[in-house]
Amino acid sequence: MQRRIVSLWFPRLAAERSLRANPIDAPFALTLFDRNSERVYDLCPRAEAAGLNRGMTLVHARSFCPGLLTRPADPKADQRFLRLLARWATRYCPWVGFDGLNGLFLDITGSAHLLGGEEPLLDDIRARLARAGLSARLGLASTPGAAWALARFAEGIAQPGEILARIGPLPLPALRLADQTCTSLERLGIATVSDLYNLPRANVARRYDPEVLRRLDQALGAIPEQISPLKEDLSFAVRMTLPEPIGLLDDVMAGAERLIGHLCEQLDTAQKGARSLKLTFRRVDQENQAVELRLARPMRDGDRILALFERGVSAVDSGYGIDMIRLEATQVEELGPRQLTPSQALEKDSLADLITQLGNRIGLENILRFAPVDSHIPERSFKLVPAAYSMPVRAWPARRTRPLRLFPPEPITGSGATPPGRFRWRGRALTTLKAEGPERITPAWWEGDDDWTRGLRDYWRVATGQGQRLWLFHTPQNPGWYVQGEFG
Amino acid sequence: MSLPFSSVYPLKRARAHEVCGEGGLVFAAITAGLASGSVVWVSERWRPVVNPEGLAPYCDPGKLLLTRADTPLNVLASAETALRSGAVGLVVAELNAPIGLTEGRRLQLAAETGGTTALLLIPEGGGSNATETRWHCTGMPAFETARQNSPVSSGPTSNSPRQNDHDSTPWRWSLIKNKIGTLSDWVVRWDAAAHRVIVVSETGG
Repeated sequence: MQRRIVSLWFPRLAAERSLRANPIDAPFALTLFDRNSERVYDLCPRAEAAGLNRGMTLVHARSFCPGLLTRPADPKADQRFLRLLARWATRYCPWVGFDGLNGLFLDITGSAHLLGGEEPLLDDIRARLARAGLSARLGLASTPGAAWALARFAEGIAQPGEILARIGPLPLPALRLADQTCTSLERLGIATVSDLYNLPRANVARRYDPEVLRRLDQALGAIPEQISPLKEDLSFAVRMTLPEPIGLLDDVMAGAERLIGHLCEQLDTAQKGARSLKLTFRRVDQENQAVELRLARPMRDGDRILALFERGVSAVDSGYGIDMIRLEATQVEELGPRQLTPSQALEKDSLADLITQLGNRIGLENILRFAPVDSHIPERSFKLVPAAYSMPVRAWPARRTRPLRLFPPEPITGSGATPPGRFRWRGRALTTLKAEGPERITPAWWEGDDDWTRGLRDYWRVATGQGQRLWLFHTPQNPGWYVQGEFG
Repeated sequence: MSLPFSSVYPLKRARAHEVCGEGGLVFAAITAGLASGSVVWVSERWRPVVNPEGLAPYCDPGKLLLTRADTPLNVLASAETALRSGAVGLVVAELNAPIGLTEGRRLQLAAETGGTTALLLIPEGGGSNATETRWHCTGMPAFETARQNSPVSSGPTSNSPRQNDHDSTPWRWSLIKNKIGTLSDWVVRWDAAAHRVIVVSETGG
């Protein structure tokens, strides 16, 4: 099927956006500080009629048009607005891409008939944009390049196969070439696209930038040009406005239950599971109260989510009453359908619910699991990973005997290479009954650990007469004795 | 008549128990190893975590769900939540200050509701009256040395469990509070291969 592309150009996007928000009945321009002075960024037709153009300094513009009203430009807001327009344009086709800072490409292949054909489609776009206070220029052709050229230089539709006929008479800038290239071509007497097309390709390729032929080929459809569509921006949110304010916990929970039911249906359709949820209550005095819920596992099971919300909702101050409830899944993850194996699934679910409950009290990042790390340094032999984002380690690697509790090394008095017969540790006098060792551990020099600056360590397992079993080490390169762990 | 060890250990399910003393951590580790299902281990954030490599002989470190609370109050609250949910087999809470009767009773009730066993690691003398049992655990290197030095003919060695690196140390586990029975103490060791606690001798009665 022949591709059909609409190029939608908003020649005064920035000015019209500003005027939409706050209309002015006077020559109007937006200014932006650029190259050391305030310059005209965008303007309205009346200002243009007064002889102003984009890029001229504001001082200069004022001298042409003393009654000029200006506002500062906000290019970022313009981009957000263009994004909105792109979302709006998906009413015509699913495939909408950006084109520079003030244009859109719509791939309407196969969707024009929904509005009765190409001509009515363009009319519809034009009418709706005009109602929104936006001027737009439209071009429709089989390639983005040709549609772009038509939108800028000769509004209309190019039927399949008549691209060259339609864009041939247009000037060179219609090919999206740099000004410099256009000027140098024009100096040779090549003023239109068809002039360029009629030149021998080899000569053009040799003398000019490859861009020239690439743009020409793109416009004529000899080489393909992609339109990158917008990223699908799924949002899952539901809300409910109430005719009368409510305040009782049961009422609020009943409202939340209905919302959760709707949200879970949405999630179910999209095969997603919520990872974090936000329940917002708007009170009659316009105050917002939000309850956030972070889940240990993606889920879309209404009853369980409701139960987890209970604690947060009971802490909400309803004031004079709540008249709007909004529930949003702020973070979603893929969650396909899964098979239910009664006992196992139930156990895992209840554990995940417990992690959620604990996480909402002390933070999901404080519920941790052990994960082994391949290191011979005792204190680096494991790491803690958040339980909500990991699976338990099934087979823990078997290693050498290590104490149950490790702490930063605590110095004790002692000399020589064998453990001292008696020593003081944590204010207690201890005697060594039995010592096993040494086990030599060398520092991991590549890790630059401050604790290991004293070099090699010879570890001993020491049983004391007082009942402790300690893990001592001696640093032969820099003599000293330390306690680093307790076997219990 | 002396109290049989098997009647008090493994700990009674759905009850709160307490343990103190230097060997309390090992007691908790062994209890965690014998518990079915996951184990929630609640402690305050400043406390160093248990070393999983040291834990491995007693309990699979993958079973543990470490809960690092910011305040002592949240330690108790998290323990209560975990007990009440019934999703885990054991909840271990490390406490640094004595808890009152209210807190102890709440934990006891939560344990009963969820059918989960609670084990509180308490500072010496910091127990609550609501607890089912309280244990005091210490290491016994003196005993071990004495036994190794003594000739083979003496009593307990004839049926002594097999020894390896981990189970060579005995501990004295004293039951210092028991709501439903008498008190006693035992010398026990851990058999890592058989994964069970072995009573070496009954020293008290």
